[in-house]
Amino acid sequence: MTTPILRVRDIDKTFTMHLQGGQRLPVLRGLAFEVRPGECVALGGSSGAGKSSILKMVYGNYAVDRGSIALRGPDGAVDIASAGPRDILAARRDVMGYVSQFLRCVPRVGALQIVAEPLTGRGVPADEARDRAADLLTRLSIPERLWGLPPATFSGGEQQRVNIARGFAVPLPLLLLDEPTASLDDRNRDVVIELIRAKRAEGTALLGIFHDTEVRKAVADRVVDVEAFAAAA
Amino acid sequence: MTADLPLLEVRGAGHRYGARWGCRDIDLDLWPGEVLAVVGESGSGKSTLLGTLSQRLSLTEGTIRYSAAGGEILDLAKLRESEVRALWRSEWGFVHQDAADGLRMHVSAGGNVGEPLMATGWRHYGNIRATAAQWLERVEIPADRIDDPPVTFSGGMRQRLQIARNLVVSPRLVFMDEPTSGLDVSVQARLLDLVRSLVADLGLAVIIVTHDLAVARLISHRTLVMKDGNVVESGLTDRVLDDPQGPYTQLLVSSILQG
Repeated sequence: MTTPILRVRDIDKTFTMHLQGGQRLPVLRGLAFEVRPGECVALGGSSGAGKSSILKMVYGNYAVDRGSIALRGPDGAVDIASAGPRDILAARRDVMGYVSQFLRCVPRVGALQIVAEPLTGRGVPADEARDRAADLLTRLSIPERLWGLPPATFSGGEQQRVNIARGFAVPLPLLLLDEPTASLDDRNRDVVIELIRAKRAEGTALLGIFHDTEVRKAVADRVVDVEAFAAAA
Repeated sequence: MTADLPLLEVRGAGHRYGARWGCRDIDLDLWPGEVLAVVGESGSGKSTLLGTLSQRLSLTEGTIRYSAAGGEILDLAKLRESEVRALWRSEWGFVHQDAADGLRMHVSAGGNVGEPLMATGWRHYGNIRATAAQWLERVEIPADRIDDPPVTFSGGMRQRLQIARNLVVSPRLVFMDEPTSGLDVSVQARLLDLVRSLVADLGLAVIIVTHDLAVARLISHRTLVMKDGNVVESGLTDRVLDDPQGPYTQLLVSSILQG
C-alpha cells in the first residue's frame, strides 16, 4: 500500500469563547485518520460534528489543542499542527489546495484572473494559465462574457463554480473540498464529479465533505465517521 | 525561492515615551516577500512599533537587525544617521496615512516620482521622466497629469502617487501606516488591490499598520495583534482572524468583521 500523504493523529479541538465568559466548546477528541495518494476520503457525520473544522485544521486555518497533522511534501513531512506560518504557507503552495464553500471575492479582480492566479503565482506562464483557467470555466459553464468581471455580483452557484475552477486549476498532491456541489444544478454537479474522479486518477489525494449522498457514492472510496471522535460536551 | 535569512529580526524591542512604554517586548521576524499586518485599536502601540522599527523613533531597549542588500547584517540602533539615510534612499520606503506627509504637494507628480531616482544618482532627465511616466501608469494615474502637482489630486490619486514615489527605487522593505484609512471605501478597494499586486510582482517585504482587519486579510500573510503596547496574538493572518485564541482578538474579530 502507498504511504499516506496525510496522517492525522490524536487531534483534540476545543473552541474557547472568551466573549461568553470563557465557555468551552469541545468539538473533537482523539481524531485520527489517513489519506493516501489517489484516494478520495469523505468526512461523514451530522452537521456540527466538526467536519469543516477538520478541513480547516488540516489547511492550517484553525489551531488544534494537541495531536499531529503530518503532511508529506516534496521536502519531507511537515506537521501542520505545530508548523509556523511560513511552513504552512509553503505547504499550501506546494502540497495542498482547499476549495471552500464560498468564494472570497477580491475587489476588481475578474473571474478568469481569479482562476489563473494560483497558476501564475506558481510560475506558470500567463498565457498558459489563462488557457487552463478558460478551459475550467468553460467546463463549469461560466459564460465567457462573465470572465472579465469580478465575481462579487455573480449568483451563489456561479461563485461556487469559479471557486471550484480556482481550486482545481493547480495540480497539488492533496485537495480539500468543503461541499463542492452544495449550490450546483445536476449538470454542473456531474462536471464536478468528473473533475474529482480525474484528480483521483492522476494520483491526487482528496479529503472532502459531501452532503449529497449521490455525489459521495460517486467519488468517495471510504467515509471517516467524525462522530466517532466527538468530544463529550 | 524563500531566503534563509530574515530581512528583519526584532528581539525584545521597545520604545518609551517618558515614563510610559509605547510598545515593549516585541519579537518578530520578517522575511523577503512577506507582508506583515500589525492590527489593534488606536493607542495600542501599533504606530509606535512601526516608528521604532523604521528608525523614526528611537529604540529604548532590545535589538533590530536588518539584513542589507549587500549581505551584511546591520544593528539598526547602532547605525549612524547617514547610514540610516542611505537605507531610506535605496532600500526602504514609508507610506504615510496622509499623503501630504510623504509627497511634495506643490511639485509635479512626475517630479515626486523622479526625485527619489535623482537621490540615488540618476542624472539623465529623459530616463527619469520616462521611468516616472511608467510608474504613474502602473499606479493608474493618467499620463496627462504628470506635470500637475498632487495638491490638485483626489485623495486616492495622492495615495497612489505616494506609493509610486516609494516603489520607484525598488525598495526591499516598505512600511505602511494606515495607507487606506483616509479614503472612501471604493477608493480603498482599488488601492488595496494595487498594493496587493505590486507587492506580489515586486516580491517586497511590507509591514502595514491598520485598524481594519479586512485590510489585513486581503493583503497580509501574517498578523500581529497589539494591545496596550504588547503583541497579544500573532500568526498566519487567516488563522488569527478565523480562529482567534485570546479574549482581545476574539473581541476585535467579532466587533469588526461581519461577512
